[in-house]
Amino acid sequence: MLTISLSQFLIVAAILFTLGVAGIVLNRRNIIIVLMSVELILLSVNINLVAFSAFLGDLTGQVFALFILTVAAAEAAIGLAILVCYYRNRGSIAIEDINMMKG
Amino acid sequence: MNSAAFFFYLFSAVMIGAAFLVISARNPVHSVLFLILAFFNAAGLFILLGAEFLAMILVVVYVGAVAVLFLFVVMMLDVDFAELKHGFLQYLPIGGTLGLVVLIEVVLVVGAWHIGPVSIANVATPMAPGMTNTMALGRVLYTQYLYLFQAAGLILLTAMIGAIVLTLRHKVGVKRQNIAIQNARTPAEAVEIRKVASRHGI
Repeated sequence: MLTISLSQFLIVAAILFTLGVAGIVLNRRNIIIVLMSVELILLSVNINLVAFSAFLGDLTGQVFALFILTVAAAEAAIGLAILVCYYRNRGSIAIEDINMMKG
Repeated sequence: MNSAAFFFYLFSAVMIGAAFLVISARNPVHSVLFLILAFFNAAGLFILLGAEFLAMILVVVYVGAVAVLFLFVVMMLDVDFAELKHGFLQYLPIGGTLGLVVLIEVVLVVGAWHIGPVSIANVATPMAPGMTNTMALGRVLYTQYLYLFQAAGLILLTAMIGAIVLTLRHKVGVKRQNIAIQNARTPAEAVEIRKVASRHGI
């Protein structure tokens, strides 16, 4: 059926995961880009799950990917709501300004 | 090179390029648009893998809801994003090194992945032959994974309530309709009848 091997899909997902991790480290000041990097990481996990599901002939991976999609959507909604809330309180979204709990 | 391999390389290359631009674009609106491009190409990869339902769900949920939500928030917040981009070069050495180390490690682990015959023999929910992907997924989702499916619904409900509670603002001094008070009005208190004498005002 496919001429592409499983490890090719896994390597693509690994590159995507790495880009997500690097995005979190590089854009430490901009929390919106950090949230987008988290979405990229979750997408790479989904690619892994679907690739294993297809090559093993097992549907569990796709069911799991569906649940991860749900959790990712919920996470984005809550994260952005907290971000909007924070922006209303402080007038900024820089991560260094998040120190109100320090005392 | 057959067409499956061609499309695999096309989707992968565009997706990785778009993901790189997500984390490096100067303007966050461009980042969101590149995120949408990456999701579309991931959906293409899913179709290549035979998971059509998940591909369509990815487009609907991510592009239709999550990315638009990001776009809304980016455009709603009046933030100087160029100033936020300031530390990018400062973190580039450590971020690049970290990314490279993670990439090498993960590729070394998964690069030569081999599926043994034991794991093929012990799959939990094998794909039924002669059934579309959506139908097969529905058959296991509503039977074997019913409780997890309900839990996913609860998670979404919690997220919805949380997002509303977090962002709802009660402004003071705004006139609102109060239906209970409106319904409780009687003619006795709403209308006042006075006898006005002729040629006299009230």
